[in-house]
Amino acid sequence: MEHYVSLFVKAVFVENMALAFFLGMCTFIAISKKVETAIGLGIAVVVVQTITVPANNLIFTYLLKDGALAWAGLPEVDLSFLGLLSYIGVIAAIVQILEMLLDKYVPALYNALGVFLPLITVNCAIMGGTLFMVERDYNLSESVVYGVGSGFSWALAIALLAGIREKLKYSDVPDGLQGLGITFITIGLMSLGFMSFSGVQL
Amino acid sequence: MAQPTIKEVLLNPIFHNNPIGLQILGICSALAVTSNLKTALVMSVALTLVTGFSNLFISMIRKQIPSSIRMIVQMVIIASLVIVVDQLLKAFAYSLSKQLSVFVGLIITNCIVMGRAEAFAMANPPVVSFFDGIGNGLGYSAMLIVLGIVRELFGAGKLLGYTILPTVNDGGWYQPNGLLLLPPSAFFLIGLIIWALRSWKTEQNEAPDFKMAPQVSNKEAY
Repeated sequence: MEHYVSLFVKAVFVENMALAFFLGMCTFIAISKKVETAIGLGIAVVVVQTITVPANNLIFTYLLKDGALAWAGLPEVDLSFLGLLSYIGVIAAIVQILEMLLDKYVPALYNALGVFLPLITVNCAIMGGTLFMVERDYNLSESVVYGVGSGFSWALAIALLAGIREKLKYSDVPDGLQGLGITFITIGLMSLGFMSFSGVQL
Repeated sequence: MAQPTIKEVLLNPIFHNNPIGLQILGICSALAVTSNLKTALVMSVALTLVTGFSNLFISMIRKQIPSSIRMIVQMVIIASLVIVVDQLLKAFAYSLSKQLSVFVGLIITNCIVMGRAEAFAMANPPVVSFFDGIGNGLGYSAMLIVLGIVRELFGAGKLLGYTILPTVNDGGWYQPNGLLLLPPSAFFLIGLIIWALRSWKTEQNEAPDFKMAPQVSNKEAY
């Protein structure tokens, strides 16, 4: 149990997807002008990440890994080079299915998430979570925890940034720095703040 | 719309319409791989080639792709190209591919590739699209290389592993700025580069959300 708690805390604070690995930056910057939309997108990312990381873990362990096809009588087959293609396929498919399911059964949530759902397919944080999972050899239960944690870390970061940007509207920023420039500098400062977690040993 | 010429699509993205500086595309990898020049260079080459060729292939079959599944078709083409790059790197530069770790795979979700495929290759003939891809790749590379040079030179006193400014630790005179090797510095540098770029080309400035009202009275409230 302790192992999983520490994995979760590590994924949220020490290895924050947005502020320590800079994944999902494009959406992070584009959709952080309002707190509400930022939180909506954050929730969508948590949900998708929680499903895709374990799903890709299963695919990697039982289909792609070196010798993974032993159950099908093909012990010497190594399909790991197909990894990238299958992960992005799984992500795209899961996002699509989730969109249809939500549309049918939870229309309120579907309307709240709106355009953000399809955008998640090309969010590097999702793909990055899967690739880190493969690189670090997580097992199924670890990958569930890591999926929730990394999704939550991204959601936390975008909500924080949106909060700061809402306040920032009232400040007098130099012309050339207006908009994108000042956002970068803000994220830099936030990321410095989050770096203080990196000394935490769990 | 007039047909854009090859020279335009090749050179415009570097300063006028820089993918990182203006279009806000492909920032993720720009930050993570630039702590030294070598990884920045490899990443630039990989991304430029992938963008160029994905634009070429997508543009070739643009009339055959039904628009309802175009995303998936684009994804498959991009992912296949990235797999080729990844396997090449693993075969010929294994230690580099370990350093780049997940970021080669993340070219798939790099918005530059998808963005250009969707915005340009779907509407233009193959050759121009190819050069548009290369041009945007070069715009991205220019930003990455500048970041790589600044961060490695001032952060470690080296360029491509060769010592340029001998550091204090090795008996030289240069006190390296360790902050530049840390991830947040990339944000500050990009912010400053955008500032410089926009001061030079003021038409890129964004209008502020609110205008400060001019001071009505010339006396303060005291």
